[in-house]
Amino acid sequence: MAVKQLSVFIENKKGQMAEAVKKIADSKINIRAMSVADSRDFGILRLIVTDTEKAKELLSEDTLVKVSDVVAVKMEDIEGSLYGILKVLEDASVNVEYSYSFTAGKTPAPYVVFRVDDVAAAEKLLTDKGFCLISESEI
Amino acid sequence: MKGVQNNMGNYYQPEIETASREEILRIQNEKIVKQVKHVYENVEYYRNLMDQKGVKPEDIKTVDDIKKLPFLTKADLRDAYPYGLLGTDLKNCVRIQSTSGTTGKRVVAFYTQADVDLWEECCARAIVAAGGTNEDVVQVAYGYGLFTGGPGLNGGSHKVGCLTLPMSSGNTERQIQFIQDLSATILCCTPSYAAFIGETMAEKGIKPEENTLKAGIFGAEPWTEEMRQSIQKSLGIKAYDIYGLTETSGPGVSFECEEQTGMHINEDHFYAEIIDPETGEVLPEGTMGELVFTALDKEAFPLLRYRTRDLCILTRKKCSCGRTHVKMCKPMGRSDDMLIIRGVNVFPSQVETVLLNEGYTPNYQILVDRKNNTDTMDINVELTPEQFSDRVGDVEAMEKALEGAMRTMLGIGPKIHLLPPKSVVRSEGKAVRVIDNRKLH
Repeated sequence: MAVKQLSVFIENKKGQMAEAVKKIADSKINIRAMSVADSRDFGILRLIVTDTEKAKELLSEDTLVKVSDVVAVKMEDIEGSLYGILKVLEDASVNVEYSYSFTAGKTPAPYVVFRVDDVAAAEKLLTDKGFCLISESEI
Repeated sequence: MKGVQNNMGNYYQPEIETASREEILRIQNEKIVKQVKHVYENVEYYRNLMDQKGVKPEDIKTVDDIKKLPFLTKADLRDAYPYGLLGTDLKNCVRIQSTSGTTGKRVVAFYTQADVDLWEECCARAIVAAGGTNEDVVQVAYGYGLFTGGPGLNGGSHKVGCLTLPMSSGNTERQIQFIQDLSATILCCTPSYAAFIGETMAEKGIKPEENTLKAGIFGAEPWTEEMRQSIQKSLGIKAYDIYGLTETSGPGVSFECEEQTGMHINEDHFYAEIIDPETGEVLPEGTMGELVFTALDKEAFPLLRYRTRDLCILTRKKCSCGRTHVKMCKPMGRSDDMLIIRGVNVFPSQVETVLLNEGYTPNYQILVDRKNNTDTMDINVELTPEQFSDRVGDVEAMEKALEGAMRTMLGIGPKIHLLPPKSVVRSEGKAVRVIDNRKLH
């Protein structure tokens, strides 16, 4: 059920991010979600793409790439829906390390991505509560 | 009061400092015969080296025969650590000093009271050459402790009879306050710290002519003529260079006079040679090569033919100050890969050791620069894909931990940059370990 996320090390140098993204674009891989975490010295570009294995192979030629499992949950476009998801995780003591959201396809409803310490538990909890999780094949 | 000039003829020990060449040679010849005998009898490590080379103490009749003796290197000091090169019973020793740096490369030097006196006298000569008298207030802003800078100049200042301010390094606010409140006239510290004090004074709106300083004695790290000019201007002083190393005692092995064209080596205590670093052959005066020192009368740590790895030129050209001792130029480089960063000796091999200990690859690059007259040290380290984490905090924590491990080993804290594999610049397949962008020579 979990979705594969690529984390790409980006040096704090001009054009580094563009270079990484260009490689993906050139090989016709589609980026479905992204976020960037940055520090003073470097950044980590997080991507959910249509072909994780191929993107990893390409990007690994130049930099550090790590694949991790994340949980992507469909959110209703109403007040309190993000809180509803977080509450489920919090009540079960699943720790959210970071999170970002994206929209896909024609539906206006966003997906929210969670990097959690216990992926399997988060998936089960959220599914049991009736949340709609997106799977790797739907990316 | 400003502007007390160092009049010609200011010497701490005029007889020896202006002795004729013949007289100096006579003293050196007398001392070397005694010293080689002393070392051969008391230092087993060196006796073995002499025996291997087939040299007997009787073969050394004049300083010219020194070239027959075996060399000592830092590797010997490491092998013999801590007592192997001790020239006298420990009960006769009163002090140790040590180089900054690591367990692997640390040098521990021993001193008898006579050795301390000799060393302090050398520093006293430097202070007097810089215009110091018993009316001066000497602010010693070198580090105190195992480092030789503070204790050496402190002792020299006492010998001259100056009022000595044992400040140690750091706390710049207090340094400036003491200069102002106690009318310090001579400042002793590393040149980069002197420059920093000058800048801080300027920031505070204290003009160079408003402080009481007239001279500075600066050493323990390489500095340029441009840096001298800038320090002289910012502090309103005359800046004198001083040279030395823990292995030979500390600062004061040589020092500058008012001519500022090189440092007079205290030849009655230290015999200097310039050798070809490849062949070990002694080179003639005026040729650049590696500087080698023989301690002529030190008792506790009597190193003979110690290779400093500093590349240098000696000259006997007549000096206008009246001193007759041979002059050495500022070291023009190193014949090994040692770096001097903020006065601390750093070897790339130490960096490599830390990386391997901490589970990193030995793919690294040291970047040294000088910003605002302070040395900076950055180390680029390659991460393996296994070490890489998608959490920023993890990578930052790794950098911090590695910085801590480096600080423990090196004695100074570099900035660590973790990078992807293959990002360290390689030339012809071989990684360039050090990029030193300072203009020091």
